[in-house]
Amino acid sequence: MLAYTVRRILVSIPVLIASTFIVFLVVVNAGDPVANFATSRQPPPSKAAVAAFARHIHADEPAVQRYWNWITGVLHGDWGPSVQPNLDIGHDLFTRFRVTLTLVAAAMLIALVLAVIFGVFSAIRQYTAADYTITFFGFLFLAMPVFWFAVLLKQAGIWFNEQTGSQFLGTIGEKSPYLEVDTTWNQFTDRIGHLALPTITLALVSFASWTRYTRASMLEVLNSDYVRLARAKGLRRRTVMVRHALRTALIPLATVTALDIAIILGGAVITETIFQWHGMGEMLVESAATVDVYRTMAWLLLSAVVVIGFNLLADLLYAVLDPRIRYD
Amino acid sequence: MTDIEAAGSAGTQLPPTEHEFTVRQRTQTQLVLRRFLRHRAAMVSLVVFVLILLWAFIGPHLWHYSYQKYTPDNSRPPSWKHPFGTNASGYDAYAQVMRGTQTSLKIAILIALGSTLVGAVWGAVAGFYRGFVDAVMMRIADLVLTLPLFAIALVISSRSGGSWYWIAAVIAGLTWAYVARVVRSTVLSLREKEFVEAAKALGASDARIIFRHLLPNSLGPIIVNATVLVATGILTETALSFVGFGVQPPDTSLGLLVSQAQTAVDTRPWLFYIPGAFIIAIALTINFIGDGLRDAFDPRQQRVRQ
Repeated sequence: MLAYTVRRILVSIPVLIASTFIVFLVVVNAGDPVANFATSRQPPPSKAAVAAFARHIHADEPAVQRYWNWITGVLHGDWGPSVQPNLDIGHDLFTRFRVTLTLVAAAMLIALVLAVIFGVFSAIRQYTAADYTITFFGFLFLAMPVFWFAVLLKQAGIWFNEQTGSQFLGTIGEKSPYLEVDTTWNQFTDRIGHLALPTITLALVSFASWTRYTRASMLEVLNSDYVRLARAKGLRRRTVMVRHALRTALIPLATVTALDIAIILGGAVITETIFQWHGMGEMLVESAATVDVYRTMAWLLLSAVVVIGFNLLADLLYAVLDPRIRYD
Repeated sequence: MTDIEAAGSAGTQLPPTEHEFTVRQRTQTQLVLRRFLRHRAAMVSLVVFVLILLWAFIGPHLWHYSYQKYTPDNSRPPSWKHPFGTNASGYDAYAQVMRGTQTSLKIAILIALGSTLVGAVWGAVAGFYRGFVDAVMMRIADLVLTLPLFAIALVISSRSGGSWYWIAAVIAGLTWAYVARVVRSTVLSLREKEFVEAAKALGASDARIIFRHLLPNSLGPIIVNATVLVATGILTETALSFVGFGVQPPDTSLGLLVSQAQTAVDTRPWLFYIPGAFIIAIALTINFIGDGLRDAFDPRQQRVRQ
């Protein structure tokens, strides 16, 4: 297992290098930060200042050389210059990563737990009213644009606060300002209150698609011979469902969850924009708007590592869930 | 209905015993069509989708307000004069939603067509030649698949200036690899079939085998995937436009309309709910159509219906 893990990590390094190289070329050509600098300031900067700016962000070097300097720099902890003065990209990235990680982890956890519960229930009660209701809402949530639902939830949160006269549900930012001096308990409830609505938003789409996967794979497993055998042996229905059927049915879900992490990161960008979180979503939008090459690349590199990590985790989970699979 | 009629008319010429067993032969296309027509949700969805399509593309020519002309009425709720109301600057929301639906649909359909065309040929060539060609082509496709769609689309389209075909090209450039994978796996099993061997024996060129034999026979998964891509496309484009990196004013898209209305959910709710409902309606009907097609092309997956 350890040897397999190490081998997988080694294999993913060339993939990471190739994909970041392609992305780097795309990002470098996606806009002209030097022209932005020269035209968007009042009074217009001097020629020398523009040239100095271009040199500062390495815009005067060929793209391949820039990529090489960037990737070797990152290995030494140097994330490159931002178009914004005095912005440490590495520090910015990891501060924001912690914020986004809370949101993504909470949303994935909730979506997974609910998807397994509803998916299994839907499969066991196939073709009943409950099954049709769950399927209908699954389709509806899959068709629902995240941003539209988020704005609706935000309005509902404001309405809830007005009705109850409380400030429990936060609709702006990841925490209330000026709360650092308060008690731990108050800080905790404040965080939960701010986390609630964005988490529901982000969990919704994944919940819908994962419920459908769980239902499909559970139905397949329930019709298999070994489940029938387990029942014939006289095992209790509950034991058969949980120990025999569910365990196998979770394997395809592990793959789908890992593949969907890129979609969830995209969803987090929208969710954070609407709820005005200072997370990685804001960072991506800002750096795309200002054509900040190195800041964009920092975002993409981190998300690529997360995606690859999740896929590895899914493969390792197979071995835990399915005793027939052994890595050596 | 038609079967009984056909059998009945055949019965006049045939002896009664043979009449009992007369079954009209159906082609593959007819079978698929019949199964699709019987899928109730898919048929209703198809009708609704076609109606939305006609409304969005023909409607603007018949409606007396333009999406970019001010009217003297500001912030009016829906009425006979303005069925979807007007916004704060006096634009007629009916004309704007019509235009937005048109733009969003144009982009979504172009995404589906573009990525299907590229992906299908890419996957078929890789699957047909196998070996080294396959390895190189599929590694490239895998690379594209590792890129986070929304993030990359956001970064590249910041340069687009909002032209709809550029946005479509960017998104299609990131989604074709899904199609390539699906088509490749279909072609891998098709290329071992007898009819491909027969075509080879008759001296058919590689291009002829790929375009006349392999691709037409993998049409099922290709069409199903294309419908899924329309839904993915419209959700991605509207999200991009919402964040401000997609379609730019004065043109409009459903995502942009929702974005412009997000601060007025309480005061002018019609501006927010109607474009949102259109996005949901389009994505929902497309998903149902895709589901119906999947069942129609693959009878093994068909669920039992009362």
